[in-house]
Amino acid sequence: MSDTGFHFSERQGAAVMSKLINTKDLEFLLYHVFDAAQLAEFPRYADYDRTSFDGILGTAARIATDYLLPHNAKADAQEPVFDGQRVETLPEVKIAWKHFAASGLLAARHGIDEGGMQLPSLIHMACNAWFVSANPSTAAYPFLTSAAANVIHAFGSQSQKQTFLPHLFSGRFAGTMALTEPDVGSSLGDLTTRAILTEDGSYRIKGQKMYISGGDQDITENIVHLVLARIQGAPEGVKGISLFIVPKFRMQADGVLGERNDVQLAGLLHKMGYRGTTSTVLTFGEQGDCHGYLLGEPNKGLMYMFKMMNEARIGVGLGAAMIGYRGYLESLDYARQRPQGRSPTEKNPHSKPLNIIEHADVKRMLLAQKCYAEGSLALCLLAARLVDEQEAGGNQESGILLDLLTPVVKSYPSFYGPRANDLAIQVLGGAGYTREYPVEQCYRDNRLNPIHEGTHGIQSLDLLGRKLWQHQGRGQQLLLGRIEATLKSAQTKTVLALWVAEYRIHLKTLINTTLILGQAMQNGQADAVLANSALYLDMMGKLVVGWLWLEMADKAQTTFADSPAPDDQNFLAGKLQAARYFIGWELPEVELLAQRLQGLDGTCREMQPDWF
Amino acid sequence: MKVLVAVKRVIDYNVKVRVKADNTGVDLTNVKMAMNPFCEIAVEEAVRLKEKGVATEIVVVSIGPKTSQEQIRTALALGADRGIQIETDEEVQSLDAAKLLKAVVDKEQPQLVILGKQSIDSDNNQTGQMLAALAGMGQGTFASEVVVDGDKVNVTREVDGGLVTVGLKLPAVVTTDLRLNEPRYASLPNIMKAKKKPLESVSPADLGVTLSPRLTTLKVEEPPKRAGGIKVGSVSELVEKLKNEAKVI
Ligand SMILES: Cc1cc2nc3c(=O)[nH]c(=O)nc-3n(C[C@H](O)[C@H](O)[C@H](O)COP(=O)(O)OP(=O)(O)OC[C@H]3O[C@@H](n4cnc5c(N)ncnc54)[C@H](O)[C@@H]3O)c2cc1C
Repeated sequence: MSDTGFHFSERQGAAVMSKLINTKDLEFLLYHVFDAAQLAEFPRYADYDRTSFDGILGTAARIATDYLLPHNAKADAQEPVFDGQRVETLPEVKIAWKHFAASGLLAARHGIDEGGMQLPSLIHMACNAWFVSANPSTAAYPFLTSAAANVIHAFGSQSQKQTFLPHLFSGRFAGTMALTEPDVGSSLGDLTTRAILTEDGSYRIKGQKMYISGGDQDITENIVHLVLARIQGAPEGVKGISLFIVPKFRMQADGVLGERNDVQLAGLLHKMGYRGTTSTVLTFGEQGDCHGYLLGEPNKGLMYMFKMMNEARIGVGLGAAMIGYRGYLESLDYARQRPQGRSPTEKNPHSKPLNIIEHADVKRMLLAQKCYAEGSLALCLLAARLVDEQEAGGNQESGILLDLLTPVVKSYPSFYGPRANDLAIQVLGGAGYTREYPVEQCYRDNRLNPIHEGTHGIQSLDLLGRKLWQHQGRGQQLLLGRIEATLKSAQTKTVLALWVAEYRIHLKTLINTTLILGQAMQNGQADAVLANSALYLDMMGKLVVGWLWLEMADKAQTTFADSPAPDDQNFLAGKLQAARYFIGWELPEVELLAQRLQGLDGTCREMQPDWF
Repeated sequence: MKVLVAVKRVIDYNVKVRVKADNTGVDLTNVKMAMNPFCEIAVEEAVRLKEKGVATEIVVVSIGPKTSQEQIRTALALGADRGIQIETDEEVQSLDAAKLLKAVVDKEQPQLVILGKQSIDSDNNQTGQMLAALAGMGQGTFASEVVVDGDKVNVTREVDGGLVTVGLKLPAVVTTDLRLNEPRYASLPNIMKAKKKPLESVSPADLGVTLSPRLTTLKVEEPPKRAGGIKVGSVSELVEKLKNEAKVI
């Protein structure tokens, strides 16, 4: 008889012990913090229950572990190449794509009657967490495709939907979003790509786009670009931008591919990270024959695109959170196994060295990573939960809160995820700096996230200049209401009461700062206020994630305090200690930020270019 | 041809098993459970037979508490057509399991019964063999290849010396070994369709079986901790230590 003691994890995705996500944490977040089971009360999700959620998450874990993780490093080392004719990506990327498509994940969020699964956003987000942790650059292709499909679904005509959606859902086609131009990045109002109406009602597109992810590849039969362009004669600035569908191959009836459209790959860009995703420079209409089809109404393109970008921004936050998470788990594993050094008071050279996880300074680096990574994941799942409440539960207030939080959901993980990866490298020491270990790639990959989908600076302007004040500031009230509910519950628990009191001090600082800045803006000092917007974004991020740490601590206490199982006790203690770290070490920094913000500190703004 | 597949709910193979403080068994509170990996292979094999047009219906059966419906649903999501749950909260030992399955075989009259060669919780490796004996069917255990050929099935078995192929007349019992196949994952649409597939629940009494455990568990203990290794300086030192310390030669 053969091998009874075989390790099954060698055969298939080792989901539970995975270095991609701590599944106990994911389950805790989904079922105890964000109450996924309750989603079935929304009619749209009535067919779901925990067993089906678990089954779906298991499928995501399998695909991530078996088809994404194995080529993560290879795709980094062997970037896609362009020989002037064709782009070539790794065969493994194509196989992974096939599995995405076969699993049904590409269409999962859409209605059953549209070929989808009506999957809740919360569970979809958790599936995506597996994918980005395993391989962010391969996961980018399906994410972009789903995002493009969502826009066509929301704003396309019936015939556009029929022409493109089934193929985007089935994985036969992929999608892109083409906003950025060589001279126009953050300031989309200045974009120059033009669209000229022809007699058949379609447009001819002319211009150049840059940094377009997935703009060309050899994975799918066709590529559907969503292109921002200005119709001839349209107003200047953001009010004159329209959105077009521009397929790589034009479509004949019945889904047959027609002629090659006049959109050409000018070249690939060579990046620091996310190397498996092609980054392209695209030329539209060099031969004057690039056909584009207007999506929705003229001049509303930016608004449509922002819908997609809001989802994409949450997606970027998740990517940053999970690359941070991955680095955390890798460095944790290393720290448990690496013997080095002794305690500062141990003078005996013959004593056994400690594993580095015993050193307080290494614990500090691991705790900070745990706080950033798990806190960021919680933040993204909160955003997904709000999407569900709004879309399936019809709760408009959840939508208003999500609007307010979107810049934070994009930016907090993007700022602190790379910091977590920086600490992961530090935990590994020299090993962390080598390509033999995965953490340096995590860092390089994650470094993109504060740049794309609106830079960190642009997000901070959006938050402080617009989002805070939308809906007469209702978003702020809703946020404070939710925070208060957590604080009320947490302060009844002896272990948490002290931290709640500390949190309240800093929350008050945020409220005061917001008031002062709001008044200053009304008094014509918007320039001085917005000059320090990045500090405000950081402050808001810290308070939102601090709230989520109290929420996690509170729910962990409720869920596990009475459990006799050592795993549960360790999990609980870990959550409590991380909450303590966050409240005690991270949050007090908002007081310094508040000083600068409230005083409208002009140090940076008043610096003159010539003084550098 | 109808195929019956038996699946068991067991502690997930990735979970670090904990012994209860009173040494009466393994602690299952809050522990992640899953389908026994050998049973996954059994389901996969049945689904492949169906895809090849050999099997026409796959019935999946599980014995255990109500929660074992989750494992039946997993099998339904992977491609089984219908489920039977034999619900009991009692301990089910191999012979009782075999008797219950025999009752299902009598009712369903499958041409092929596929089971895992053993379950990773109790590691008995008995149920398939006992079922074959009770049902008077031939058995092909530790299968690494299953080929149905008319009214026969050829089962390649993994044995200590290598591979042995046995030809069995149908109906027959097959138990799966690890290399038989690589189980698939369930697609999202199939996970949802599984909810709509029929799942019948019966009790052992409905099947005319009274559970009668014959073995008593006296004590469950953790395996002894592995002692740390040492480096030996020479072959003679190794031999000396094997002789006098390890006492194995
Ligand atoms: C790997 C990668 C993938 C990408 N994928 C896509 C894609 O698929 N589709 C797409 O359309 N684009 C994509 N982009 C482009 C990306 O969105 C832009 O790079 C980003 O919006 C910034 O634009 P920019 O590079 O022109 O920088 P700039 O806009 O020139 O910004 C440079 C710096 O100036 C700051 N800045 C700019 N304006 C202001 C302001 N008003 N106030 C204060 N600070 C300001 C910015 O914060 C930044 O720090 C991608 C980029 C990368 C690197």
